[in-house]
Amino acid sequence: MNSERQPACACAAPAAPAAPAGLGRYLFWGLPLLAAWFALYRFLPDLSRWLTYDLLGLAPGGHLADAVEFFLYDTPKVFMLLTLVVFGVGLVRSYFSPERTRSILAGRREAAGNVLSASLGIVTPFCSCSAVPLFIGFVSAGVPLGVTFSFLIAAPMVNEVALVLLYGLFGWKVAGLYLATGLAVAISAGWVIGRLGLEHWTEDWVRQMRAAPDMAPEDRLSLADRVEYALEAVREIVGKVWPYVVAGIAVGAGIHGYVPQDFLAGIMGKSAWWSVPLAVVLGIPMYANAAGVVPVIQALMAKGAALGTVLAFMMSVIALSLPEMLILRKVLKPKLIAVFAGVVGAGILLVGYLFNLVL
Amino acid sequence: MQIKIFGPGCAKCHQTEDVVRAAVAESGQTAEVVKVSDMLEIAAAGVMSTPAVMVDGKLMSLGKVPAKAEVLSWLAS
Repeated sequence: MNSERQPACACAAPAAPAAPAGLGRYLFWGLPLLAAWFALYRFLPDLSRWLTYDLLGLAPGGHLADAVEFFLYDTPKVFMLLTLVVFGVGLVRSYFSPERTRSILAGRREAAGNVLSASLGIVTPFCSCSAVPLFIGFVSAGVPLGVTFSFLIAAPMVNEVALVLLYGLFGWKVAGLYLATGLAVAISAGWVIGRLGLEHWTEDWVRQMRAAPDMAPEDRLSLADRVEYALEAVREIVGKVWPYVVAGIAVGAGIHGYVPQDFLAGIMGKSAWWSVPLAVVLGIPMYANAAGVVPVIQALMAKGAALGTVLAFMMSVIALSLPEMLILRKVLKPKLIAVFAGVVGAGILLVGYLFNLVL
Repeated sequence: MQIKIFGPGCAKCHQTEDVVRAAVAESGQTAEVVKVSDMLEIAAAGVMSTPAVMVDGKLMSLGKVPAKAEVLSWLAS
């Protein structure tokens, strides 16, 4: 689940290691770097205060000082977290491939299959540009339609960039809730679609297609290759999302410093029941990745928007995107796309109301 | 020898094509390099992650830009 959802494609899997390098070299540089990472991370709040109040000489308590401190603290924090987590996920992902996931899922029963499929959606390298070949590959190999959908919903929605940002800006509880409810939506929406028996709403030729034999070359990556793969993932993903992250945090900092507290409570607070469906509908045509959305969401919440509304918005932006639906149109009839959007949208709606009710 | 490159047209797919063409030129072998960007043809070949490279009907690489040395080793064998 790549965070990016560009239809023009930015294929997920990072490039191959150029030349095998010794694992020793990575350990030699990696361990001190990791230690430095933790030291710097702990020191960040002090550093941002020192920069804001001592170096820039801003008066504590002012709007500008608030905004500047927020920006100077959050930007390095988010980048440090992003680098570490993308590296870790890259390592895990080097052990999974769509081919392997397909062979695990082929012939699975529904329910258990949906759970497995949504979970594998998190760790399998995926790019929305290859959603069509992947869909055909899964269905033709005997992965049930609903189980395939669980994968296609979870893969983009529950992604490492979203989780890092939620953790960095809201803490582990919100990140955990997002992970759990994102999985729940993917599992249940896939299960519902499977129960509806809509196989005849896939394009006719898709059903006639016979499974192509699995010809994937055996992968014999060494641990050093996997480290190289993960480093490439860091270069690629961080290299791609950094402008969105900086812009998002800057907007967040502006709102943080200047917009009065509770400004949004009336329109995005718990009492406004219509704010959740509105958030879902607004999210569909929005074309953004998690990296850009999360910092804005943080600022919204700080000003009184309800967590459920805001999470529903975020899920809708990254799980229900118009570009992906257009890509899937090649293999699904419009009716099935409508059902897909409806079922996933309903799931997100429930999540939004649930959070607003409970928290 | 026929080399097929599967990819819907993303940056990595172009990179793969460049690497393969450079490797073919370097090896001095005569090989036909074909770019396949049709989703259905890609799926029919059993490819689920692009870019992918197929040499004489055998998939050699999936979901990544292969290194030139790697491509040269396929050409040699």
